[in-house]
Amino acid sequence: MLKIEETTVVHEFSPRMYQQFQEIVKRYPPEQPKAALLPILHVVQAAFGWLSVDGMDKVASYLDIQPIEVYEVASFYTMYFLRPQGKYMLEVCRTGPCCLVGAEKIMKYIEHKLGVKEGEVTPDGLFSWRGVECLAACGFAPVLQIGPEYTFYENLTEEKVDQLIEKLGGKRSIEANQQLTN
Amino acid sequence: MGRKLLLEHIDVEGIQTFDVYRSKGGYAAVEKALKTLTPEEIVEEVKKSGLRGRGGAGFPTGMKWSFLAKPEGKPRYLVCNADESEPGTFKDRFLMTKIPHLLIEGMIIASFALGAKTSYIYVRGEMMPQIRILEKAIAEAKNAGFLGKNILGTGYELELYVQPGGGAYICGEETALIESLEGKRGNPRIKPPFPAIAGLWGCPTVVNNVESIAAVVPIIRDGGEEYAKIGIGRSTGTKLISASGNLVKPGIYEIELGVPVEEFIYSDEFCGGIANGKRLKAVVAGGSSVPILPANLITKTINQEARLMSYESLSDGGFATGSMMGSGGFIAFDEDQCIVRNTWNFARFYHHESCGQCSPCREGTGWMEKVLHRLEYGHGKLSDIDLLVDVSKKIEGNTICPLGDAAAWPVASAIRHFRDEFEWHVTEPRLCLERNYGLAHYADPLPKPEPAVAV
Ligand SMILES: Cc1cc2nc3c(=O)[nH]c(=O)nc-3n(C[C@H](O)[C@H](O)[C@H](O)COP(=O)(O)O)c2cc1C
Ligand code: SF4
Ligand code: FES
Repeated sequence: MLKIEETTVVHEFSPRMYQQFQEIVKRYPPEQPKAALLPILHVVQAAFGWLSVDGMDKVASYLDIQPIEVYEVASFYTMYFLRPQGKYMLEVCRTGPCCLVGAEKIMKYIEHKLGVKEGEVTPDGLFSWRGVECLAACGFAPVLQIGPEYTFYENLTEEKVDQLIEKLGGKRSIEANQQLTN
Repeated sequence: MGRKLLLEHIDVEGIQTFDVYRSKGGYAAVEKALKTLTPEEIVEEVKKSGLRGRGGAGFPTGMKWSFLAKPEGKPRYLVCNADESEPGTFKDRFLMTKIPHLLIEGMIIASFALGAKTSYIYVRGEMMPQIRILEKAIAEAKNAGFLGKNILGTGYELELYVQPGGGAYICGEETALIESLEGKRGNPRIKPPFPAIAGLWGCPTVVNNVESIAAVVPIIRDGGEEYAKIGIGRSTGTKLISASGNLVKPGIYEIELGVPVEEFIYSDEFCGGIANGKRLKAVVAGGSSVPILPANLITKTINQEARLMSYESLSDGGFATGSMMGSGGFIAFDEDQCIVRNTWNFARFYHHESCGQCSPCREGTGWMEKVLHRLEYGHGKLSDIDLLVDVSKKIEGNTICPLGDAAAWPVASAIRHFRDEFEWHVTEPRLCLERNYGLAHYADPLPKPEPAVAV
């Protein structure tokens, strides 16, 4: 269920972000700035890792639309996070074709390795993970992606997951988390 | 080896860049189109080519273009559907990654043919790397004078933009895509009016799949008639097939339409057979939305003829014994796969992706998911199987958009062809948790067709 948490968080937009907004709005007819909403929300999420109410309200006033028009979009699409996530959100495909070649095993392995359930964040804030639907890479399955640049990792094995988590600073993180949770 | 029209040059070093693409004959079709053809003549060539939409529905592209309304004083739009999210389909992502300029070139020709001065490529939001690739390609093309004002000195002007989605399968449906591009939730619109009359911002709009747009390039370069010589019957040209599942060589293959399914699965030129020396149990031939077929019906039609990779042959036998070409997402299941589990997985997918506007889809997909879940885990009843058929029938045809049908067909077809496996999950509630039903009789030779009785 959707919860809009941390309503008190304030997200200050940098001048560079406003510049990006301006560039985006230019793609549409002048009377249709709302079309910029999805791309602008991506810019905001890339900057802060999630969309706060304050951030969404700022977007609404920038585009001169009602805040609800932003909330309803942000809550409809799966890419937008309405609460803080781990710095690295591992999104593993859990749809049919990936499951034929072991996606479920990989998800279990990640859960075990990170020691947190789907959708939860490791205590040090570094990782979270979730199952997502077909990532249009079924021939290279199992696959996972990591935002905000959506880097792709294909033909996953347990060893590859180990290496990936290691590369992202996971070894220290996992040890620290074990201490925190024990 | 079959002819390659889209992927011919993908292994050329640097083909992602404008210069290399151009040196391989790229953008010659734009020059030909803008300098020697009228928009009407381009539409005519595309009609002659017989090209059918590659996004799933297979509607003839030339005809779709000719329906576009041309009222005075209103802009027209071309929107490329690059939202690729149908489970089993991964060709558009591949094409945009490997040879982005082919899509840009196709967009310029198609926009000119339709009289669009601003066009959008709506890319699935997760495809951030592809978005960057396309943006770079657009900048290069603009730099070289193929986009912007007065293209090639012809007076035609075109701006091309990439729009990211937000992660929602339903935005692949063309009216949901338009809503999403307008900055709203991806709720499909009630039709009519069709986008050809009132689409993006109420203006006449054509939505086409990435592969359809790319195919326009060889069609204009070689002529529609040449294109139509490839393929079989009303399935002209080449098609990208995304092959996944338990295959020796899963991946993307450009086939000449009409290749026998058996050859596609087993020959070394294509998938190289079933992985790990296993046997084939079932195939979903056109993406998760099309009916699943057991091994014996995918390689042969009910009349014992070889089944071909073509729109007609894959649908031979209707839904009773056939399936559909769909988006060309070819998913192979080996003898160890559980059909009940996969059907549950797909039902979960459609439930998750339903936009929730119509109650048959919103409630029906959730209900099917729940019932399939209990069957999969050995808590089901025999009556659940008929219940699923009943629910799927109540969804089919009763919804605003085809996602309802897409959710109903996989369930109905799985039960049609694999009913004994579903029943086994009820009669063997414990065993079904330990092992799978196996290949059973699903690859057995088909019964001889009834001889035609002379009257
Ligand atoms: C639920 C749903 C999802 C769809 N997803 C896609 C998609 O990801 N890509 C696509 O090209 N077409 C998709 N389509 C088909 C489009 O609505 C549309 O028919 C297609 O983009 C038209 O292009 P074409 O004529 O070139 O095939 C989808 C349709 C439905 C009902
Ligand atoms: S069929 Fe489903 S996805 Fe399509 S409009 Fe209705 S509820 Fe939405
Ligand atoms: S099913 Fe996993 S990428 Fe398509």
